[in-house]
This record gives sequence, C-alpha cells and structure tokens, in this order.
Amino acid sequence: MVHLFEMLGSFFCLDVPSGSVITTDRLTYLLLMLRNGVPGALGELSTFSGEERAEAEAEIDGLIAEGVIFSPEIPDSVRLADGVVKAMCLNVTHDCNLRCKYCFADGGAYGGKRGSMSLDTAKAAIDMLLASSGTRRNLEVDFFGGEPMLNFETVKQTVAYARACEGAFGKRIRFTLTTNATVMDEGSIDFLNREMSNVVLSIDGRSEVHDSMRRFAGGRGSFARAKENALKFRAARGDKDYYVRGTYTAENLDFCSDVLFLNDCGFDKVSIEPAVLPAASPYALGMSNVDKLKGEYLRLAEEYYKRRSALGRDKFSFFHFMMDLSGGPCEKKRLLGCGAGAEYVAVSPDGGIFPCHQFIGRAEFGMGNVFDGLRPNGIPERFSANTVSSKDGCKKCWAKYYCSGGCAANAYNLNGRLDAPVDYLCELQKTRTECAIAVAALEASDGFGTADFGAAANKA
Amino acid sequence: MKHIRVIARAAIDRSEHTGCGECQASCQSACKTSCTVANQPCESKRVNRKEASGNK
Ligand code: SF4
Ligand code: SF4
Repeated sequence: MVHLFEMLGSFFCLDVPSGSVITTDRLTYLLLMLRNGVPGALGELSTFSGEERAEAEAEIDGLIAEGVIFSPEIPDSVRLADGVVKAMCLNVTHDCNLRCKYCFADGGAYGGKRGSMSLDTAKAAIDMLLASSGTRRNLEVDFFGGEPMLNFETVKQTVAYARACEGAFGKRIRFTLTTNATVMDEGSIDFLNREMSNVVLSIDGRSEVHDSMRRFAGGRGSFARAKENALKFRAARGDKDYYVRGTYTAENLDFCSDVLFLNDCGFDKVSIEPAVLPAASPYALGMSNVDKLKGEYLRLAEEYYKRRSALGRDKFSFFHFMMDLSGGPCEKKRLLGCGAGAEYVAVSPDGGIFPCHQFIGRAEFGMGNVFDGLRPNGIPERFSANTVSSKDGCKKCWAKYYCSGGCAANAYNLNGRLDAPVDYLCELQKTRTECAIAVAALEASDGFGTADFGAAANKA
Repeated sequence: MKHIRVIARAAIDRSEHTGCGECQASCQSACKTSCTVANQPCESKRVNRKEASGNK
C-alpha cells in the first residue's frame, strides 16, 4: 500500500509497510496516482512529453525494484502483554483548583470524591513498579491529577524514595508531571527542572480562549497566572524537555491561531489537541468540524515550516508535527501504541490500579491495588491484543504505523468499545500525519519540489 | 534521480532484535501530550547514537 498526498506545494508518496518516503515532481506524482488506480491523472499527463514520462517511469520502476515503493505487505508481529509494567501514572490528587469545562476528570474528582494520595500509597506504587518491570531498565512515572502541585509534598518525597530504591533494582526512573501551571513558585520550579525529564504545562492559547474554559473554582480565568508561571518555568528550563499544551474545542475551531500565539509568547515547544467529549456537550467536536480543522492543520503546517526555516528548527516544535522519518520507533512499538492496561497503568489516590488515567474510577477496569498487588483480570491480554492488526478499519488505514490505532479510552468513552476508534479523531490523525511527513521531508531535502526549491535551483 | 528524492528508506524496523520496550510510553489522549507513537524516539538507537558520538 502507498499513500499519495500533496502538501505545502509538494508531492509525497509514503510506502506504508516499509515507512519509506519519497517526494516527487508533479509528473511523477501523476504517474504514481495512475499506478495506484486513479485514472483521473491521465488528462494532465498528456501535457508532458513522452521522453519526460519515460524518464520518470524509469525512476519509479527503479524504486519499485529496490523495494522502496509498492513494497510487499508483511504480516505484523504483535508483542502481547508479558506481565511487565514499566510506566505508571500516579494520580497524586483528585483535587484541582480549576474547573475546566472540558475536563474528563470532572474537575479532578473522577466522578468520585476528591482526595489525595498518601506517601505510603505512592511508595507502594513505586515498589510495585520496580518489582513488576522485569528486565526493563528505563521506567516512567508521571505525576498527574487533579492538579499534582496541590500535593507537591508527596511528589517530592516520592521522587526521593524512588531515587533511593531504583539503583538496587538496576532501574532508572524518568519522572514527568502535568500541571495547570497556576501553583508554582521558584522552589517548585527549581525542583521540577532538576527532577522531571518532561513537564507538561496546560495553556490553551489566546487569553480569551483559555479563560473561557480554564477557570479557577471561583470563576475567574486562569490565563494570566498560568502564562506568567509557565514563562518563568521556561526561562529556567534550559534545553530539557517540556511542553505547553492546550485543548481545542468547538469554541476555537481556529486553533492554529492559538498554537502560533503560544509560540509568539516565547514557548518553543507547543502541543494542542482536540477535545474528546460526548456529542451532547456544547464544546464537542465531530465529523462536521473536520474540514475546518483540517484546514487549520494545513495553515499551521505552512506557518510552521516557514518559521522553522526562517528562525531555526529549535525555535518551534509542534508535538504532532515532529517525526523522525528515518529513525522512529520499531514495528512492535508502532503496533503497541500507548501500552495502556499492559505495560502502562494508572494508580488512583487510594491505590487502585487501572489501565490508564482515563479509566480511573471505572470498576469494570479495576486491576487490583498497589498494596495487594496486580490482579490483572485478563485486562493486559485484552488491551495488548487490541492493535491496528486486529481492528478492521485500522488494518486498511495508511496511517496505522504512525497512529497505532487511536486511544482505547476515547473509543470506549465515545463508542462504547475499546476497538472502535472515533471517526473525527481518525481524520485529524491522518491530516496531522501528512503534515508531519511533509514538514520532515521538506526539511530533509531542503525543499525539493517546492516553488522555492525550483527558484533556488534555477539561481544555482 | 531527477524526478524523485528519496527521503527515508525502510524506516520501520521489523528485525528480530527489536521490541525491547525501553522506549518511552506514549499516550494519545487529549489530556496528556506524550502521544502519537511515530514521534517517539527509539531508546536503543538513542543510546547507540550517544555511544557512537562518544567515540569521536
Ligand atoms: S487513523 Fe483511525 S483507522 Fe487509522 S490507524 Fe488510527 S485509529 Fe486506526
Ligand atoms: S488508552 Fe488513551 S488515554 Fe489511555 S494511555 Fe492510551 S492513549 Fe492515553
């Protein structure tokens, strides 16, 4: 299977089984469309000379012979759950000082009561992770909530405890934390910069967009505070990983402006993602928004490519457009995806274990607790078998090795099944993947095939 | 080649020794940002690259 697409004024062909990517001129693109069964290309093809066509055909044939394009389908080799847990989300609190309107966690309470994780529970979770991680050396713990900074003492002491224990097990734990950036001071920023390998700060973009959704419990908007803290954090962060991330909803379908706004504010690493809400929510997105949203991703890709070319690639990263076309993860990782319910689990404040943070509080997905140990109840097998190789829609999808089959929690929440990906998210995923491939390919080839490239080549 | 530029070849590593599980977990939900598996770096390649550059 190949996937052909035009973007940023250039033409691309992705060979799905191998992950090979080529860029082509218009003539070759039309010839590839023809070979891919799109007869519509014939009319325009007649405007090219026979000689040119023969030359391009020969190049195509050469690449087919080398297995670069139209390569044979290879059966996937899925790695099923092996009982190892290597990544954990610690919900250190189910309380939050904000009441974001789109929050899946019900203002932090996850449909239950607000509560904080005790240090004993956090320690038991770390013990379980260290003991359940088999031969894996690199482990991950994400502090999440609610707002984890409301239980900062537990965060600090959990890190200290884990650092004291990890060596004896031959492990290295990477800590990350997701925060609304409203509860930070110099001391906590210093701690986060020292101990966290990644910090995710939630800001939705323009102040009116952010304040409409992300308000303090009393009703006041949180933009000013979050931005001020996040900028302080950024200034002290150096070159360690962080992201300023936002959520877009039906209220800001022009979310490209929010991404650019955040970059203009001085944030070089930005991520903005679609809200996933039941159709009845006034902020819900759906298929009727897809055309507009795709247009926004294209607008963003254009501006992104321009900014990175003009200012330097390190000045602007958009999470979903980052792709290492020749490196990237191996096949097994691409099939496994997030690993929820298998190598990744989440722990609620009272020590309950669930497949991931989005399943917390759903009794039917309970996997035991950190004191008595994992009682997986067949969940790891169920989740790890739910891959792009098992889902009918995904099997045929060209984006499967980039998407990994979507989020099981979104599928379950919106479609009632773990294996029924959400239609509009699939459409957005595919557009984002095209944008990412196009930007990476143009950056790797200095703009081969673009109008600018033609002008530069003519000058030379 | 005049009409085509090859950007990446056989980028999806399907070889036997892969699947070590050392790479970062990815989450694709709207509430976390460690998502979209294709932009995850491969941990074993990262380590190998570091070692290779250390030999310079
Ligand atoms: S985009 Fe949708 S159909 Fe394609 S792999 Fe992802 S979840 Fe499956
Ligand atoms: S199921 Fe969805 S929310 Fe849960 S870890 Fe996977 S991608 Fe993230």
